[in-house]
Amino acid sequence: MEILNALALLANFVVVPATAYGAQLALGALGVTLIFGILRFANFSHGELMSFGTMAVILFTWVLQGQGVIIHPLPTALLALPVGILVAIVLSLTTDRLVFRFYRRKRANPIIFAIVSVGVMFVYAGLVRIVIGPDDQSFADGARFIITAREFKELSGLAEGIAIKQTQVVTIAVAVAVVAAMFWFLQKTRSGKAMRAYSDNEDLALLSGIDPDRVVMIAWIITAALATIAGTLYSLDKIYKPFIFLQILLPIFAATIVGGIGQPVGAILGGFVVAYSEVMLTYAYKKFLAYLGPSGWAPDSLVQLLSTDYKFAVSFIILVVVLLVRPTGIIRGKVIG
Amino acid sequence: MTRRGALYFAVMAALLLAVGFYQSWNVAFGILNLCLISAIMALGVNMQWGYAGLFNVGIMGFTALGGLTAVLVSMPPVPEAWAAGGMGMVLSFLMLVATVAAIIFARRSVPAYLKTPATIALVVAGFFLIRIFYLPAVGRIEAINPAHTGYLGGLGLPIVLSWLAGGLVAAGAAWLIGKVALGLRADYLAIATLGISEIIIAIVKYEEWLTRGVKNVTGLPRPVPYEVNLMETQWFINFTNWLGAADIANAASMFVKICYAVLIMIVLGIVLWLAERALKSPWGRMMRAIRDNRDAASAMGKDVTRRHLQTFVLGCATCGIAGAMLTTLDGQYTPTSYIPLRYTFLIWVMVILGGSGNNWGAVLGGFVIWFVWIEAEPFGNWFMHTITLPMGDDNWLKQHLIGGAAYTRLVLMGAILLIVMRFAPRGLIPER
Repeated sequence: MEILNALALLANFVVVPATAYGAQLALGALGVTLIFGILRFANFSHGELMSFGTMAVILFTWVLQGQGVIIHPLPTALLALPVGILVAIVLSLTTDRLVFRFYRRKRANPIIFAIVSVGVMFVYAGLVRIVIGPDDQSFADGARFIITAREFKELSGLAEGIAIKQTQVVTIAVAVAVVAAMFWFLQKTRSGKAMRAYSDNEDLALLSGIDPDRVVMIAWIITAALATIAGTLYSLDKIYKPFIFLQILLPIFAATIVGGIGQPVGAILGGFVVAYSEVMLTYAYKKFLAYLGPSGWAPDSLVQLLSTDYKFAVSFIILVVVLLVRPTGIIRGKVIG
Repeated sequence: MTRRGALYFAVMAALLLAVGFYQSWNVAFGILNLCLISAIMALGVNMQWGYAGLFNVGIMGFTALGGLTAVLVSMPPVPEAWAAGGMGMVLSFLMLVATVAAIIFARRSVPAYLKTPATIALVVAGFFLIRIFYLPAVGRIEAINPAHTGYLGGLGLPIVLSWLAGGLVAAGAAWLIGKVALGLRADYLAIATLGISEIIIAIVKYEEWLTRGVKNVTGLPRPVPYEVNLMETQWFINFTNWLGAADIANAASMFVKICYAVLIMIVLGIVLWLAERALKSPWGRMMRAIRDNRDAASAMGKDVTRRHLQTFVLGCATCGIAGAMLTTLDGQYTPTSYIPLRYTFLIWVMVILGGSGNNWGAVLGGFVIWFVWIEAEPFGNWFMHTITLPMGDDNWLKQHLIGGAAYTRLVLMGAILLIVMRFAPRGLIPER
């Protein structure tokens, strides 16, 4: 019984939140890794692209809510998601046409691309703050919990409950669907194969008649869609804060590098590695150990390895360890020199 | 400096004078001081990007370290806190040193296949050993008079010393991070520096025993006189009478700003002189050779990674100096004010606009961009008021747009960066 309680405690505070967070990071990292693979640069504007797409979703959600169109118990934002994705796609294709295409034609150094993406980041960040403002926005509706801690306790008879928020389930379900669709696209369709070929060897792909502009266009479309979905799920699960999207770049980049740059499977693995390490290292194990130890005993301290203030340090430490031990990532990715 | 460069600086001076005449001289000198500090930061980034082609996205962190040093050097020590937790802190520091030494020793002496396990074991052991002394000491220090101190305080030395010390501290941090990330592909350095700066900010925000964290350290000692004292000093009163200034409070505040401007200008002059000397020396030519073709430079026997580390450390040290000066100028240390858009990416816009690889260009970029950054706010307000003129005063869209006017500066900065990169990638004053 005590062991079950300990496990329930761990599931409630570690497994469930880390899985949802991992799914969000994985979706973000997929977009970054795709741009890394196809356009070969670190896209610093990715976080703000997430923010922009999410903003569009929020605005349309408010319109729908105002019209009384809701899909209780699911969040209305899911209905608004396609509109947000469309906005993000239009935005990133316009950006590519106006900004990135010029450097691609010149075959500029990846670092030049990265600096240009900083400029894009500024513009996106400014637009988001002008349109929706710098404040937190809450737009989640529908049922809050699939199962509350109390219901779980009554059901199982344990002292510890596992609460599962509806947004967490939605996050995981959407992430699974999106990832499945993306892998089907990459593995089975002609365009997907063309993209993989282009990512593996650009010259060879061009030689066999693959249209580079088309590949790049599809890459941006998928990236914009993934970014919007990731941003929306993250904001549904927590809250929408414009400034958080610059901070979330670090764990997303870490996930990309851990998984292996340009490797979609790696990005997903990386997302979960980063999320689980972050949550597990900052969780206070006091109560967990108290359940496992002899009854009536509890550790004196919180048994917390790292204060939650330092959760960004976790992604950084993972990053450094990977750079030192295996610079190519879990799944051997590119090391462009 | 070319004739074109001199012209740009003349225009910049005219702009600042215009602010003086039309807004107020106090504002003009306020902008000038921050322009000067921005110029120093831009020089630091120019050393990394312009000389060596290194993409450092962690400038904010090194600036914050410089600011932290200003606090630690200048604030008076808190004896009660030292008595309560000083010993614990010293012991945990010794433990840290011992752990690092043990790791280095172990990595040298154990066989290759045991290196990683041994390192991990030592890191874990060290982590728990340090916590034994560290956590209780933190609790005791932060418990002492938390409303006023609650931290160890500093050394109580003159704050000007911290400008040099800030550079040294930033250089140390840069050496550590450079050791790990340099020599790998270029974007790794960018991402690693992004990470280290977030960690540094987290440390200064949450380690209250060191920095008071979000409670801020206010009332830092000044290298220049206080306005209140000035207004009571006889020679200053005579001086203002002689000038015919009506408002003595305003004159005192101006005088203080001018003192700061002179101090910062001296530092800027020294840094600029050194940077120019370095760039024109054989060392500077070697750096540019490495930047333009690292394979060829490496074939000529140049140690590319070491040279990169060198410039990286120098550039970060310059940013640390600027950070210490910034905190001195503010007179307080507010960890929450460090945001990457302002302290990292804005500096990048300065360097790119000014002309990467040219020190005078970086200085000019620092001036122009800081000026635009400040003046973009009134401009954005004016712009939004103008385009919303036909709308009624209670129109929600009008109010919303005017509320967001301050953020037009972000769009403006992005547009400047993109336009310069596209149409004038060599910047206002190109590299010779």
